[in-house]
Amino acid sequence: MTTMHRRGLLFGAAGLAAMAATRRPASAQAPSGPFTLPALPYAPNANERAIDAMTMEIHHGRHHAAYVANLNAAVKDHSALAQMPVDEILMRLSQVPEAVRTAIRNNGGGHANHSMFWEIMGGEGGEPTGDLKAAIDRDLGGMEKFRTDFNTAGTRVFGSGWVFVAVTPAGNLSLVSKPNQDTPLMDGGRVLMGNDVWEHAYYLRYQNRRADYLTAWWNVLSWEKIAARYDAAKNGTLRI
Amino acid sequence: MAFSLPPLPYATGALAANGMCQETLELHHGKHHNAYVTALNGLIESKGLAGKTLEAICVEAGKAGADGLPVLNQAGQHYNHCLFWNVMAPGGAHGESLPAALAAKIDSDLGGLAAFKEAFKTAGATQFGSGWAWLVIGSDGKLKVTKTPNGANPVSTGEGKPILGVDVWEHAYYLDFRNVRPNYLANFLDKLVNWEVVADLLGKGGFTSGQSA
Ligand SMILES: [Fe+2]
Ligand SMILES: [Fe+2]
Repeated sequence: MTTMHRRGLLFGAAGLAAMAATRRPASAQAPSGPFTLPALPYAPNANERAIDAMTMEIHHGRHHAAYVANLNAAVKDHSALAQMPVDEILMRLSQVPEAVRTAIRNNGGGHANHSMFWEIMGGEGGEPTGDLKAAIDRDLGGMEKFRTDFNTAGTRVFGSGWVFVAVTPAGNLSLVSKPNQDTPLMDGGRVLMGNDVWEHAYYLRYQNRRADYLTAWWNVLSWEKIAARYDAAKNGTLRI
Repeated sequence: MAFSLPPLPYATGALAANGMCQETLELHHGKHHNAYVTALNGLIESKGLAGKTLEAICVEAGKAGADGLPVLNQAGQHYNHCLFWNVMAPGGAHGESLPAALAAKIDSDLGGLAAFKEAFKTAGATQFGSGWAWLVIGSDGKLKVTKTPNGANPVSTGEGKPILGVDVWEHAYYLDFRNVRPNYLANFLDKLVNWEVVADLLGKGGFTSGQSA
């Protein structure tokens, strides 16, 4: 009770400061893009079974928004980059001018990873069917082993990072852990799905208990959306 | 002998009025730091750490690069948090009131207190992901501001002997400051650091944990 009260008050103060911090550079250096924050495809409380509404709001409206603003600032003086989709930039990171390479790796990765993350949630959990189920059975040892291995990989990321399922154009799946905002796109792969294990993704509700967050996350996955990403990967149309 | 979680040098609620709430300290010290100590103790036998000091373990693990990470992650974090608890205090010399010897050293090596604070805040704000920002005594004897990722520290990187460090893992500030790391860093320098402790560490040539396996 007192904790929630205190958090509510702090959110007000921190929230205002965050808006000032993220909006000022955004308007001064990169008014409107080229990259934009995608709207959440559901209400902030839609994933309550795993993620509370306040975490969703801060995560999307502050963290992801900051990656977008910083990415726009990084490409401001690089018109060729500003015209490329973010996945194309990440796949050719070694060709990005060195002066902005780290900024683009961190913030472009953050933009791509979070865009994917919002898309695959908002569902009821459960299990995949059809081609995707067959691929999980074939490549990841079935749903039960996949879930266990994915959660274990999530607990083993030391510091900030992600756990992904990468997908090849042939439809083959593999588990990949990455530090910070790195992504399988940087290895030339595509991302079927992934979970954010930065502490900001779970600290307000789970504090140090990352394993509990990883377990609960499966309850809000949309296997329809993930199956659509799987089809897109095989058709060569999956981007971020 | 095993590593142990040192008690906090103040009550868990003692820093609440200075911007670090009781829940943060309970979790950070009692859960996060404690987990690093437990994990490190679990590596003593398999990694041949028995009898070594925490600092020596950090140096060796740092030299081993990627192979040393399993040990460095836990040993570095144990050292880092021991230092972190020590440099904060509810009372003492806060804000601008630095002991003379420390102030003079910061003036001569870092261009004054304001310039140092800016450099330290920038180091903390630009450490992407998890990590630490530091004030160290470099091998040339001069003060230097630096930063390290995850569990690394200036002992493991060979950059110098720390006299001040701030944790910029999100768990250090998320309950108090949410995503606004710059406010946490400003608050740390202005309201949490006890400069008498930092001055004392400068006199001693850097922080020593007193911990060994
Ligand atoms: Fe995130
Ligand atoms: Fe910490």
